[in-house]
Amino acid sequence: MSDGKPDKSRRKFLTGSLSIVGGTGAAATLWPFISSMAPSAKAKAAGAPVRVDISGLKDGEKIDLIWRKKPIWVVKRTKDMLESINTSDKKHKDPLSQNTEQQPEFAKNKFRSLKPEILVLEGVCTHLGCNPAYKPSENKFFCACHGSNFDLAGKVSNGSPAGANLKVPPYRFEDENTIVVGELPNIEETKKG
Amino acid sequence: MKKLVFTVLIIAFSNFANSAKQEDGLVNDFKAVNNINNKSSLQRGAKYFVNYCSGCHSLKYMRMSTLANDLDIDEETFLKNLMFSDKKIGETMTIAMKESDALLWFNAVPPDLSLTARSKGADYIYAKLNTYYEDDSAITGYNNLALPNSSMPNILAGLQGGQKIILDSQNKPVSLEKISEGKYSEEEYKQLTNDITNFLVYVSEPAKLKRFSMGFWVLLFIFIFTIIAYYTKKEFWKDVH
Amino acid sequence: MSEKNQATGLIGWIDERLPILSFIRDHLTQYYAPKNFNFWYFFGSLAFLILFLQIFTGIFLAMHYKPDAKLAFDSVEFIMRDVNLGWLIRYMHSTGASAFFIVVYLHMFRALMYGSFKKPRELIWLFGVFIYLALMAEAFMGYLLPWGQMSYWGAQVIINLFTTIPFIGPELGVWIRGDFAISDPTLTRFFALHIVAVPMVILLLVILHLSALHTVGSNNPDGVEIKKHKDENGVPLDGVPFHPYYTVKDFVGIGVFLFLFALVVFFIPEMGGYFLEHANFIPANPLVTPEHIAPVWYFTPFYSILRAIPDPAYGALAMALSIIILFFLPWIDKNPIKSIRYRSSLFKINLFIFVIGFLILGWLGVKAPTPLYSALALRFSEMYFIFFALLYFYSNSRGVMFSYLFSGTLIFLITIYDLTRISSDNMYTLIIGLTSVTLFVLFMTLSPLYTNLNAEKEVPDRVTE
Repeated sequence: MSDGKPDKSRRKFLTGSLSIVGGTGAAATLWPFISSMAPSAKAKAAGAPVRVDISGLKDGEKIDLIWRKKPIWVVKRTKDMLESINTSDKKHKDPLSQNTEQQPEFAKNKFRSLKPEILVLEGVCTHLGCNPAYKPSENKFFCACHGSNFDLAGKVSNGSPAGANLKVPPYRFEDENTIVVGELPNIEETKKG
Repeated sequence: MKKLVFTVLIIAFSNFANSAKQEDGLVNDFKAVNNINNKSSLQRGAKYFVNYCSGCHSLKYMRMSTLANDLDIDEETFLKNLMFSDKKIGETMTIAMKESDALLWFNAVPPDLSLTARSKGADYIYAKLNTYYEDDSAITGYNNLALPNSSMPNILAGLQGGQKIILDSQNKPVSLEKISEGKYSEEEYKQLTNDITNFLVYVSEPAKLKRFSMGFWVLLFIFIFTIIAYYTKKEFWKDVH
Repeated sequence: MSEKNQATGLIGWIDERLPILSFIRDHLTQYYAPKNFNFWYFFGSLAFLILFLQIFTGIFLAMHYKPDAKLAFDSVEFIMRDVNLGWLIRYMHSTGASAFFIVVYLHMFRALMYGSFKKPRELIWLFGVFIYLALMAEAFMGYLLPWGQMSYWGAQVIINLFTTIPFIGPELGVWIRGDFAISDPTLTRFFALHIVAVPMVILLLVILHLSALHTVGSNNPDGVEIKKHKDENGVPLDGVPFHPYYTVKDFVGIGVFLFLFALVVFFIPEMGGYFLEHANFIPANPLVTPEHIAPVWYFTPFYSILRAIPDPAYGALAMALSIIILFFLPWIDKNPIKSIRYRSSLFKINLFIFVIGFLILGWLGVKAPTPLYSALALRFSEMYFIFFALLYFYSNSRGVMFSYLFSGTLIFLITIYDLTRISSDNMYTLIIGLTSVTLFVLFMTLSPLYTNLNAEKEVPDRVTE
């Protein structure tokens, strides 16, 4: 029946192939479990864009909404507020919005917005994630957690613990009175602002 | 001895696997033709459901974005043809009708149909849509073989036409006879109700579209693994024999 | 200590602090198992595999499941539809539960066939029965979690069983439920027990089960003790090292199992309503009882025994006894011959009838009770207990007096019970049933006196291939 000596190379080949096939199978079996931890269809749907009606927004007023579980601010800036915004190097850490992670292309301007009078920001302090307060009389946002200051374009002041400007989310104007947070404008719309 | 035990186990097992609750009677003649892989049937079924059923029946577990994806319907077409509320496409197909209103109007709450195909079966749905017959003693003027004394009106009467029931000497239903024409021919109506049934089978388990094809590859892989394992075992066990 | 193979490197560092190398030696590479294991010896390792499969899939289900009466049902549908490949994890867990019981029943049957519960393996068997009990508790609690109609009403029936216990019954029921009816507190505590407490108990029992096994060594299809004949190195002549011989053989078993498992998971996960019951796709409604409540298939044999006796308390007692009697098996069957291969034809008939009876009781358990089915259930329940009585009887060759007394007592007890319930309705089936059982008992106990059906074969010294 057997020829006495075990065929070592055949054994090696067989155990080798078994290990490879088995290992691949084990890895492939792990995949569904790993994938199940990624955001579900429900979470992805909840991350869908949000429409905001700004027809009733008064001068200097700020409204709050939630997009992708984050607080979003929409502020109607007055003329005085706009004048308070400058790009002085001495006062701000990133006056020219050079950190591209913090705003879409269209917001890389003096007012960090599509239209100067409408400001849209993520209300999350770039230091450690607290919710800064809106201080219109002082022309700034102030984060009480560790004392960071941001101007009314969300630019972080020198001396703040925070290191980056407040993030501008993707958004676009569907019409005069409606902003869609979570969608980027198409090319013609950016040119209008 | 072993063979005997085996045979017994297999007979027992096949008896267990064959569990379809065979109901007696005419309603058993109405069987849906299941083909969940027929995408156009599913698309038509979705359209019919939204048009005829979704006024009263919610599909609260069916996410519209999933439906659009699985049935190859792009978002714009979906929003135009299959959504009559201002919901977002990522939401589920709930309806606006309140339970209290439903009880007032119908004496019963139209149930959510997301899982009906799994709890009551596709044949039940198909029979429900096909076995309405005129009955003066019933509240809605119609009775139904699949759900006797149902509070649900015969929504599709205009499409199917009217039917009456033929009873035998013991008052058991023997057949349904057409007494008036509807907008659809018999074949067209059968296809319409089959499409709706097919659609509801999909809704009860969207994964059904994927699991057969996935299963084939998994089985193939395991088969190859087992073959290699078998020859490895034989090789090592040469030492023993 | 020994100079041989002082391992170097990382393994050596660990081995100085934790005995991994000696563990591998004692339980794998130099643990000797009989070389004649057959098909019936796959089920232990398969049970082990399924245990880890259930734990692993269970963990990932628990990431998305919500143990709240208002949210539970929806969360399961969420897993089926919205969680990436959630449906696959769910089906693996539901199929795994049924697979676990199929494998465990076959594993236990092997022990019955080959006498693996006999000395010196009684403790392995005891741990095994405890594992079986824990498994039933685990499955029962797990089944409540989807909060479907069958979950709710199945739990209602089983918990009501506990209320039949005299004196403490009703209060016990309230304590188990945490409320006066099954509700949210019941769900949350079953969740806690199902995902943490009982799995830990099962894991502990499995470790004890395997330790006890490795202490005495495995039995085999011939029931021969391989440790009786060792070579000059102390290695059993009929033994082979578990690794690589049985590790590689178990891979084949695992491959075949996984093939069948995947076949169900991907193509027939509901298994006709036996693995995932149809009524459970309807959310639990305390005001509406489903037309037909049946426990999941793996409980049905015992459910039949329960229903066979109309009185709830005695029915529950009979069901409890039918499970508890398993613990006593090593002391019921004292025949020194371990394996069915060398035992008498009467033993084989007894075991065969037992298996048929168990399967029929299972089948009856899913059916709605009719007078005929109830009569059948009673008779096969009696046969279930008669199996153990006969096992005891066959432990030794018996004399004439003992044989007649024994069979007489059994028949007497059964007849008395029948007399208490005879009426004009059931007279026909009762007499047929009583006659059949009586004839069976007489045949099985008196054959040794008048035939040679009790002839046993000589047990060999060494294993046969």
